[in-house]
Amino acid sequence: MSTTYDTVHAGDRGTRWPGEPGGPRELRAGTRLFSDCWTMTRREFARWARQPVQAVVGLVFPVMLLLMFGYLVGGGRGVEGDYVDYLVPGMLALTMTFGLEGTMLAVTQDLGKGVIDRFRSLPMANGAVLMGRSAADMFQSAVGLAVLTGVGYALGWRADSTPGAFLGAMGLLLLLRFAMLWIGIHLAMVAGKPELVQAVQILVWPVGFLSNVFAAPDSMPGWLGTAVEWNPMSQTATAVRDLLGGPGGEPGHVAAAVLWPLALLAVFFPLAVRRFARLSR
Amino acid sequence: MTGAIVVEGVRKRYGDRHALDGLDLLVGRGTVHAVLGPNGAGKTTLVRVLSTLLRPDAGRVEVAGHDVVREARRVRSRIGLLGQHAALDEELGGRQNLEMFGRLHHLGARGARVRADELLERFGLADTGRKAVRAYSGGMRRRLDLAASLITEPEVLFLDEPTTGLDPRGRAEVWAAVRSLVGSGTTVLLTTQYLEEADQLADRISVVDRGRVIADGTADELKSRTGGDRIDVVLRDAGLLGAAVALLPFAGDGVSVEADRRLLSAPVTDRMAALAAVVRVLEEAGIEAEDIALRRPTLDEVFLHLTGGEARAHLAGDERRAEEAV
Repeated sequence: MSTTYDTVHAGDRGTRWPGEPGGPRELRAGTRLFSDCWTMTRREFARWARQPVQAVVGLVFPVMLLLMFGYLVGGGRGVEGDYVDYLVPGMLALTMTFGLEGTMLAVTQDLGKGVIDRFRSLPMANGAVLMGRSAADMFQSAVGLAVLTGVGYALGWRADSTPGAFLGAMGLLLLLRFAMLWIGIHLAMVAGKPELVQAVQILVWPVGFLSNVFAAPDSMPGWLGTAVEWNPMSQTATAVRDLLGGPGGEPGHVAAAVLWPLALLAVFFPLAVRRFARLSR
Repeated sequence: MTGAIVVEGVRKRYGDRHALDGLDLLVGRGTVHAVLGPNGAGKTTLVRVLSTLLRPDAGRVEVAGHDVVREARRVRSRIGLLGQHAALDEELGGRQNLEMFGRLHHLGARGARVRADELLERFGLADTGRKAVRAYSGGMRRRLDLAASLITEPEVLFLDEPTTGLDPRGRAEVWAAVRSLVGSGTTVLLTTQYLEEADQLADRISVVDRGRVIADGTADELKSRTGGDRIDVVLRDAGLLGAAVALLPFAGDGVSVEADRRLLSAPVTDRMAALAAVVRVLEEAGIEAEDIALRRPTLDEVFLHLTGGEARAHLAGDERRAEEAV
């Protein structure tokens, strides 16, 4: 035999059983949830630190799109005013929506590798796996927003708004991301296969373009314009444009930009949670 | 009841397939118990029920003194689980994985760090603790996986086909690691398709087929249940196998003939008398033997006997029998 291991005797165990001094602690429910969520979130931070290139690519990709559409394409149909001013809020909304892919991919991998099963066999707080995922993805999205806004600023885009309106706009964007996050978790639990993640990664593009991110709906054929206006991403983009005082903003869309994501959450949050609970079936 | 694992009449159904069909099991504290069966026998479903991942449809299941459904968290803090595939974060390093699982066991930041170091040391991974698991070999991955299931030095450890897919060296490593647990007070339940593995590692074996335990006992008990010792005779000329069977004094039930290997095998009661008789009879008849061996029945034969021969395809019995025949 190439490797030998010392026999471990009960007397010289390195750790103790639950209840023994120095052993695993029995945490109160709230503390346990917080602690476990934090561990799961830290895990994502550690993954980013391990794969800085991938993390940076994830942040650079929307910037690339912004530059491409802002300068190579250079304009959208029916957009009045400066195109970059129109494009930046739209790109922010698009980035939040595309975040769905990342969430779905991560959950699919954890399910496929059996990591979620291991988590479920640990004395963790029930909600911590999904809540930790949410916290990490929301943090990443907030960083993504900061980077993209920063690049927009460097390109000459200026928010013409009060700090309160600016924060409100960011809040709307993160709310959209939060809804997409739970859609992503649900899709991962339903599909559970990497191939379906690929399908979703392709399908988000037409959904992304069927919005007012790049062009004004007025310029489109009637039925298409209607579909585009109904896209939740369009609602968020319009509300954000309004709050940040750019072209394409229309008052009265803030309510829709709040209600749409909330409606999506009302559907997909319970579905995802139920799917997770049903893993034990 | 005081067993580390108590299973009574547990059922689990998927559609109209009964993965567990009234299974009973009792595993004593500090013992190593093997659940042996072919693919689809219900082994993995059993481990998933025992480790709180699946709710049984019916029956009573207690692990480390706690009900797996009603007291799932208490069970979880007392068990370790090694699934069929390494359940690790591939992007993180070995130490990071162990620290994460330690924190999730609520050892605290410092406790998790100390424990991770201990386990890396113990499983010979101290030098590679920083490397991403993605870059680990199959054996290293399995050892890390095992280390992750031993974070709290669990009362009960479940190993679901721990050596499936490993090369002989990886298998030897896992066996050594399991043996090192013996005497630590940890109860081990392992599932396997390898009879040799059950024989090597386990104090007791439960043979499972179609969601039920069809036999239970020590390896020796199971072996003796198929009729004690056997004698294997390999002839030079396969054409004479029939004649040899007719001549042998103890010929009767349980004689098997394999023409391609020129082998006949028969159960015997008195080992030495049978050996002498075979030698004498064959010599008188002028039938040349290439090899004559007395042996205990293998677990393959026990399994075939118990399941009525249906599981033959799953078990590479012939090769192993050849190895074990002395």
